[in-house]
Amino acid sequence: MLSTTSILPLTVEAAAFSGDGKLLVEPNSFVIPAGGLTVLLGPNGAGKSLTLRLCHGLLTPSRGAVRWADGADGRAKRHAMVFQKPIMLRRSVEANITHALAAAGANGAERKVRAAQALDRFGLAERAGQPARLLSGGEQQRLAIARAWALRPELLFLDEPTSQLDPAATRQIEELLSGLVAEGITVMMSTHDLGQARRLADRVLFLHRGRLVEDTPARDFFAGPLSAEARAFLAGELLW
Amino acid sequence: MDVGAIFQAAFALVVGLDPGFLGIVFLSLRVTLTAVLIAALIGLPLGAALALARFPGRAAIIVCLNALMGLPPVVAGLAVFLLLSRSGPLGPLGLLFTPTAMIIAQVILVLPIVIALTRQVIEDLWSEYRDHLRSVGLDGLRAIPTLLFDGRFALATALLAGFGRASAEVGAVLIVGGNIAGYTRTMTTAITLETSKGDLPLALGLGLVLLSLTLAINAIAFGASRIGARYAG
Repeated sequence: MLSTTSILPLTVEAAAFSGDGKLLVEPNSFVIPAGGLTVLLGPNGAGKSLTLRLCHGLLTPSRGAVRWADGADGRAKRHAMVFQKPIMLRRSVEANITHALAAAGANGAERKVRAAQALDRFGLAERAGQPARLLSGGEQQRLAIARAWALRPELLFLDEPTSQLDPAATRQIEELLSGLVAEGITVMMSTHDLGQARRLADRVLFLHRGRLVEDTPARDFFAGPLSAEARAFLAGELLW
Repeated sequence: MDVGAIFQAAFALVVGLDPGFLGIVFLSLRVTLTAVLIAALIGLPLGAALALARFPGRAAIIVCLNALMGLPPVVAGLAVFLLLSRSGPLGPLGLLFTPTAMIIAQVILVLPIVIALTRQVIEDLWSEYRDHLRSVGLDGLRAIPTLLFDGRFALATALLAGFGRASAEVGAVLIVGGNIAGYTRTMTTAITLETSKGDLPLALGLGLVLLSLTLAINAIAFGASRIGARYAG
């Protein structure tokens, strides 16, 4: 059963990650309190995806630590993640959701109810019985978000959720994300799309070559970034 | 007898549902299907575990399994013969020259195919699903049921490949079964014997049934992959 203590704030303490002997994420520190939408911004290869994976527990920091407020090591999860390319099981739309709920320990009746809620909430009820992999790209990402939402996360990680979608589907996903934030779910997402960051972010974490260069409220960031790297990125001059 | 007459006699056997003929067909199916079922029960979870586990010597095991897919049936037959023969370690069970012995030999032939193909299928699927399954807490061996279910169409093809190998082989069942009429005589051993005896219609009739069986297997495999493609998108 859900515990009543919050897992937030999430505290990242000098968490670094290296692979193949190279330091890919420098020992960055930041805190994610409850509420709002934080955007991890930066050019390709800046370490955005790795940082999200470190937070979600898919990767273990080679140095430093990722701490949750309730003292959990992140295994008893109340945070979920949506990936760049939606990972759809070879099952029906509904079964994709019930499968995740079963993995989270929900019993049969509860799975059914919560899956139906998620399908309704994200406008997928009519698609319930269809094979998930035959949905369009936008619908697949919507299902991935619905599947994560069904797990009732306090914090939702999204890794470039719209980078493979057309403008219409992108707008739809962005509206969904604003809705989730309004619902009280804390969202942390990566993007290299400046327009998207401008539209959605309450706060910007700007990464460059694995280093957290700037951590500012979105309004201030777009009004005038403090760092030379962020200024170059906003001017479209920083490509990697 | 000219070839036309031989074909006519063969068709008469097939269509006429000759009891001796049917007995041979049913025994073959019973032995092979049982062997495939046993190989599936052992091989599917083992192949999936091999796909996910990382341990020293894993590469060597995979190479050996791939090599065993080409194990000559007579060698498998010989190994089981040595095990089950009166002076062998399992001799007291008295299984030599029984259908059970043939099933054991065929399990040995089919198992490497099932394990090796399952390993391949599950490894590919895992690399696709890994992030999501780990995200929802299904890591390591806990991911196996999901992967086996989602790989069901590709795995059905792997089992049919095993069935094809077992139903077509003659060496192993001949050595450990002994080709005893009405007891351990299968389609392939009967064809071998009848051809050398000169009873060509019986050999040919059995050959036709074997061919149709192969055709049916391939049709099913094709259908499974088509249905799978629908779900795979």
